[in-house]
Amino acid sequence: MPNYILNTSRQMAKRHGREKRFKWYGRIAIFISIAFLIFMFSAIVFRGASAFQQTKISLDINFSEAIIDPTSSRDPEILKRANYKPVVLESLSNVIPGITDRRDRNRVYKLLSAGAVFDLGEQVASNPKLLGKSKSVWLLASSEVDLFMKGKIDSNISEDLRRLKDKDIEWIEILKSQGKIKKTFNTTLFGKGDSREPEMAGILGAAIGSFFSLLVCFLIAFPLGILTAVYLEEFAKKNFLTDFIEVNINNLAAVPSIVFGLLGLSIFLNFFNLPRSTPLVGGIVLALMTLPTIIIASRSILRSIPQSIRDAALGLGASKTQTTFHHVVPLAMPGMLTGTILGMARALGETAPLLMIGMVAFIVDIPKGVTDVATSLPVQIFLWADSPEKGFVERTSAAIIVLLVFLILMNLCAVYLRKRLERRW
Amino acid sequence: MSLPTENWLRRKNRRNQIKELVIQGVLIASSFVAILTTIGIVASLVFEAFRFFDKIPLMEFLFSLEWSPQTAIRADQVGASGKFGVIPLLTGTLLISFIAMLVATPLGLLSAIYLAEFAKAKTRDAVKPLLELLAGIPTVVYGFFAALVVAPIIRATGSGVGFDISSESALAAGLVMGVMLIPFISSLSDDVINAVPQALRDASFGMGATHEETVTKVVVPAATPGIIGSLLLAISRAIGETMIVVMAAGLAANLTLNPFEAVTTMTVQIVTLLTGDQEFDSAKTLAAFAIALFLLVLTLGLNIIALHIVNKYKKKYA
Repeated sequence: MPNYILNTSRQMAKRHGREKRFKWYGRIAIFISIAFLIFMFSAIVFRGASAFQQTKISLDINFSEAIIDPTSSRDPEILKRANYKPVVLESLSNVIPGITDRRDRNRVYKLLSAGAVFDLGEQVASNPKLLGKSKSVWLLASSEVDLFMKGKIDSNISEDLRRLKDKDIEWIEILKSQGKIKKTFNTTLFGKGDSREPEMAGILGAAIGSFFSLLVCFLIAFPLGILTAVYLEEFAKKNFLTDFIEVNINNLAAVPSIVFGLLGLSIFLNFFNLPRSTPLVGGIVLALMTLPTIIIASRSILRSIPQSIRDAALGLGASKTQTTFHHVVPLAMPGMLTGTILGMARALGETAPLLMIGMVAFIVDIPKGVTDVATSLPVQIFLWADSPEKGFVERTSAAIIVLLVFLILMNLCAVYLRKRLERRW
Repeated sequence: MSLPTENWLRRKNRRNQIKELVIQGVLIASSFVAILTTIGIVASLVFEAFRFFDKIPLMEFLFSLEWSPQTAIRADQVGASGKFGVIPLLTGTLLISFIAMLVATPLGLLSAIYLAEFAKAKTRDAVKPLLELLAGIPTVVYGFFAALVVAPIIRATGSGVGFDISSESALAAGLVMGVMLIPFISSLSDDVINAVPQALRDASFGMGATHEETVTKVVVPAATPGIIGSLLLAISRAIGETMIVVMAAGLAANLTLNPFEAVTTMTVQIVTLLTGDQEFDSAKTLAAFAIALFLLVLTLGLNIIALHIVNKYKKKYA
């Protein structure tokens, strides 16, 4: 007689084995997804962390009046635009010995950023008393020097493949030995607009552009979204029109974001002639894009408000609008705000539609209002990612870190609101 | 004769009625914005696309195998009109979407099944937000990562085994896009699996099936329509995705199914056609609107089918 019990138990072992394996497949899938997330974050942080520092070179500058302001005009404009190159060169050759011929002079001058002389100009213009005196000043180093100081240039590879030559490195070592070169917190990154030179480029302009776009987006999408949700949930009768609006909202939620950009381009720019490349148009486009998200979230919140609240208000003689706006909407507000913040967080990261309406231009100035030309943080990331200069790689990563920090803050804000203010019925 | 208070009440009542009507009017007006947006999108795309089809016949756009939209500087130049066949763009888009789905489908589905059926509540609470984080990352970040990290790795691996892989290969863009799609598939499938009635599971357990057998032979088959719906939604997102492909895929419209070659997509072409400085009437710029119309029809079609399937499925177990 065959041993059935043994047979079945072998079969059971097989079946349980299969279950174990199946569970592991699930765990591995989750592990891979999260591992990718961690890999991506660490790759970006690893590349971007160094961008929060910048290299500066200390020079004892002799602000000779004869060179800077020979006419003694003391006009801030003249002081700003004066030729500071000779002063800087003089001070550099004091520190670094053996610089005599023209080629060397030009090379050593390139250790400094092209923006260093503008910096000097600003300083003198704001404080003309400096003229004729000598002062030690920290000046911005060039991107190549900056990368070298951060250990991102390998001095062992052939000199022909580097933009920073052996001579430059020798000079940097001289500066280093005298403590005249150091890394400080990168204020340029957070305080300046875009620039063609990596060491002079900052994200402030883009961040403010993003802020203005989101402001416009919020002012349009929040009231419209909530009113639509209230109408559809509280007032609309079930008819063809209501169904049509609902279908529209669901479809809009699925339209690729780039199509909204085309809408902005052909309707708002070409038809209504709104100013191109501005946060105004960007905000409108983002608002139309986030509107479905806000409506759908707000509706589900409204649906969760118990009917008894409405019945009580109506029973005490409140009208339909009074019931809705005095009782239902205030109760639903935290939830609706949460939905709106999440929608805005998505809008903050959106790039493609902004490319279509020209917010992709190279803009140095920091926007002062919604009708100034501007770009936005994600678009700035896209622009820098496209730049060939090596110095932009770390800045792109740093800009991504800043963007992600903003996104995380917005999401935490939403979570906090939900936890603190939302009521469970 | 009416009392003064009665008059006052009547007037107040009418004022209130008018106020109610005005408020309701505002509500209706704001809900019409959604309709206006749809009309705006369709009208602008259709209008510009028609102007494009004036210059390039529809049949050529749909069936021509070549895409090279450069316009001539001189009228008598060779190939002055440019070639506007959407097929290479479509194959490029589908190739990248296919690679993305190859990554996202197993990872997304297995995670969803594990989280919905096997994981403890604690694990679920910890893992779900992490997966959703993947959906919250801006696509420009994925694009940067694909172009800067993933593409060089793939290229280096390729040359390590003596295989020449383009630095703008469909593979890099597809892989990273696949990761972006994981949360879309996992969270939708999770909902769908949770919607399968407990009675089905209990019956299966009662017959002596193991948990794995219950999941693969009862729960998943019952949830299949919903899962298919979630996959279709993910595909529609992959087709409309812009930034990852703009940054990591190429510009050359190669008609190929080789994932190691550079391909271009519809969204990439829209961006390249419209971000330069050019006059608004050329066939080149108008072509972007024709592609966008095509893209819209494709994604909306997929979406409507997907929602239909999901809704039908939801009704079945409601």
